[in-house]
Amino acid sequence: MHESDTSARSTTERSHSDGGEVVAVGPAGLDRRRFVGYVLGGATLVTAADLTLGRAPARGAVPSLPQIPEIYDLEDLQTDAALPTSQLITVTIREDGTAAFELPRMEVGQGIVTSTAMILAEELDLPMRKVEVTLAPARPELIFNQLTGGSNTTVSTFTPIRVAAAVARQQLLEAAAARLGTDADRLSTISGTVVDAAGNAIPYGELASDAASQVVKQVGVTLRPREEYRVIGTGRKRTDARAAVTGQKDFATDLDVKGAKPTMVCRPPTHRGRPVRLRNRKQILKMKGVTHVAQVPTGIAVRAKTFGQCIDAIRKMDVEWDLGDLAGENDESILEGLRAAELPMAVPDVPILAEQVDLGFEFMFRSSAALEPFAAIADVREDRAEIWAGLKVPILAQQNIAQILGMSQDQVKVNVVTGGGSFGHKLFSDHAIEAAQISQAMGKPVKLMWHRADEPRQGRMHPMCTSRVRATMLAGQVLSFEQRHTSVVTDFSHGLGEIITSTIDEAPTEVGRYLGGLGFSETIFTLTQELPYNLGAVTQLLNETDQRFSTGSMRNIYSPDVCVAAELTMDELARRMGKDPLELRLELCRNDRVRAAIEAVAERGNWGRKMPKGMAQGIAVHKEYKGCTAVLVEIDCRPRTVDRKVRNAVTGPRVTKAVIAVDAGLVINPIGLEAQMQGGFMDGLALTLTSSCHLEDGRFLEASWDNYFYTRQWNVPPEMEVIVMDPDVDQPGGAGEAAVGSSAAAVACAYARATGEVPTRFPINHDTISFRPKSFIPPVPKSPTNGLKFTY
Amino acid sequence: MPKQTFVLNGERVTVKVADSERVLWVLRDLLGVTGPKYGCGINVCKACTSHINGKAFNPCSVKVGDLQPDDEITTIEGLADTADGDLHPMQEAWIDRDVPQCGYCQPGQIMAAVALVRKVQREGGTITESDLDGIRNICRCGTYTRIREAVRQGARRM
Repeated sequence: MHESDTSARSTTERSHSDGGEVVAVGPAGLDRRRFVGYVLGGATLVTAADLTLGRAPARGAVPSLPQIPEIYDLEDLQTDAALPTSQLITVTIREDGTAAFELPRMEVGQGIVTSTAMILAEELDLPMRKVEVTLAPARPELIFNQLTGGSNTTVSTFTPIRVAAAVARQQLLEAAAARLGTDADRLSTISGTVVDAAGNAIPYGELASDAASQVVKQVGVTLRPREEYRVIGTGRKRTDARAAVTGQKDFATDLDVKGAKPTMVCRPPTHRGRPVRLRNRKQILKMKGVTHVAQVPTGIAVRAKTFGQCIDAIRKMDVEWDLGDLAGENDESILEGLRAAELPMAVPDVPILAEQVDLGFEFMFRSSAALEPFAAIADVREDRAEIWAGLKVPILAQQNIAQILGMSQDQVKVNVVTGGGSFGHKLFSDHAIEAAQISQAMGKPVKLMWHRADEPRQGRMHPMCTSRVRATMLAGQVLSFEQRHTSVVTDFSHGLGEIITSTIDEAPTEVGRYLGGLGFSETIFTLTQELPYNLGAVTQLLNETDQRFSTGSMRNIYSPDVCVAAELTMDELARRMGKDPLELRLELCRNDRVRAAIEAVAERGNWGRKMPKGMAQGIAVHKEYKGCTAVLVEIDCRPRTVDRKVRNAVTGPRVTKAVIAVDAGLVINPIGLEAQMQGGFMDGLALTLTSSCHLEDGRFLEASWDNYFYTRQWNVPPEMEVIVMDPDVDQPGGAGEAAVGSSAAAVACAYARATGEVPTRFPINHDTISFRPKSFIPPVPKSPTNGLKFTY
Repeated sequence: MPKQTFVLNGERVTVKVADSERVLWVLRDLLGVTGPKYGCGINVCKACTSHINGKAFNPCSVKVGDLQPDDEITTIEGLADTADGDLHPMQEAWIDRDVPQCGYCQPGQIMAAVALVRKVQREGGTITESDLDGIRNICRCGTYTRIREAVRQGARRM
């Protein structure tokens, strides 16, 4: 059979040992749609993809002066890391004609369940409603193939999923051929049914067991060509939208696990302080509804009948605290440490003949918390444990929990629950580990939820950082562009660090040589940062210092801050050269896809239109994730707008219009992509104008959404447009984080042009504390009782 | 322990719990009605927005003892039953505009939107930009633009 004959096209290029058996097939370069997959043994049809063999090292010669990400970026690294286990991604065709797929990633609102169902529907030729995508529990055998981050899900799973689906469809065709006494290539599929020219039609469900195999067999398939796509590239609404709008979509705290009662933790006043002891344990245990109290490394846990009773108990706790390493520290003292750690520039600050732009920017701490606070259910018994939580790296959670509980990994089952947002927060398993510790200490199942106040005070922070840029110009040309980014240490213990260590030798030699001497953070920085402009000698370097904070990524790692600093510098260069910001960007642009995106927003956004004094346009671009985003905004910084009043709100400058052009490579779901762009914009807007945490005497002042000013409706641009570019490529790029950097930068550039002052500290309102900090002892506020006064 | 009686999504319920317990925890922890979400507990994020006698309120900030036996509480689970058809027009608009991302805030957003439209209609007006600017519900995924579109769309069918 032509379709299953692998030997005809096989020439060994890379080999891979799997269970002692060495298999090898031909290079993908000959036919980029031809791959090898497996039919697994079983009662119904189960197919799998093996891409260790399908990917050719197709990277070409290295031009003389590219930045590292142009050759090999974080997307490549994560995709390479996922390859060795991709064969374990399986598609099952059930006897009811539906397809089932467990996605080894976490849905946190980014739409990957929907886009994955689309990819399967496309290759299987099955209606979307017959494709069921669920989230896989922690599967240790997947090793590096179960980390949701870096906007990498679609980049790394697109081909494996298609291969497994294509093998399934082909097996169904062959099963039908056997039944009809014909050849599979005389048959075709229509929407879940195999049909022949004579009008015979057999639904997939009837073929599922015929198509199953007793043994594992290897087959070759050719993927559907792009011109035949009927699902991919069409706008599809989220598969869980109905559940979400009817209140049926369950998050961790909505699950009903027997005996798992509400549990919260009384936390220290200082960031990363620690409990010494609870002085009034007996009194707390007597309180209404309280069943258990336990000390854990992060604080004093209380379990009760309701969360309201937990809050009451926490407010009554008398705890002796160890204030930890940060007592006495504040924003300025941390900044001083950063300034002292800034790496020197190569170009001296007194250049001969050349003119210089020398700018320094500061970015404050930000909280990556989602609206759903950290929450996890844990049921720890003597000999086993089960966890339910939103986790983007569940395998590592399983390892960590097993280690802490003194169990082996297989005694711990970790269920992945859809998350109420993540933005980097759920990369770590802080909540799941804490729930497990509490359950073990109490000997009872617990439903742990962090109080909102805990999030900005003890949760993961985007690190404070500085970015210095020095550019030199001579005779209207930019000769050098140096950026020195200095950050509080970013925690990569969520698994990406291990991925880098294990995978970096997959990178092209030149890249590996460069990265060899770098740590995790510097490696990730180097793999992600790239300026799409010709700026002469370009260096962008990272240095990190100060490990005392609980940190992590926040819908990007370094990119938004680096992008804001670089794009503001571009505007300053333009100003010094007497050029228009758009004109300079187009003149120096070194990438056609970036150029197309910039031109798209400039045209649609009517760049250069005359605006009243106090209003201005800004334009910026960010290139990452196998694509790029360009953003044009208009901002209103006139006093009557800045000073507009909304009750208990931070108003300030208003972005009145935003136009975003996104090139995300091959687009799976344009509706989902547009949503990611809009959401990314709201994040970028908050980063530049409003959202930050203030450190004072080791304590973060923020404790709620009325202190931490994430974008609200009164900040949202009334006009917003997303342009989806079609770069005519076969591979999808990343979307989740793509819009944040360019949005933050466009708003910053517009603000600078509207006010005539280049802001140097972000967010721009950081120096005004517009709220009264909530109490630190007790660490959670009392719930109000006057809610009926505010009905409408 | 005092008995608390009120009408929840059309059915009279009685729960034994202290007067001071906030309605949110009575709904979620004692009655298992989990559509209203916790996001702050201090009437800021509005993720728990539900209706009392047809008006929006936040159960995180109301003591259950302050409810009267005939007070009708409607959560997202009961919204569809307050209108003709399979879903409430606002829920349909939400699906049509593909508003939700993670979905955590959306029950509260929809309940707030329905109450806002009713209020504006009571006052004889139509939804304005300023009405939309005044919606306090937080969406950390940043679905705000589609929320604005869906509120206008849902309002046209209410």
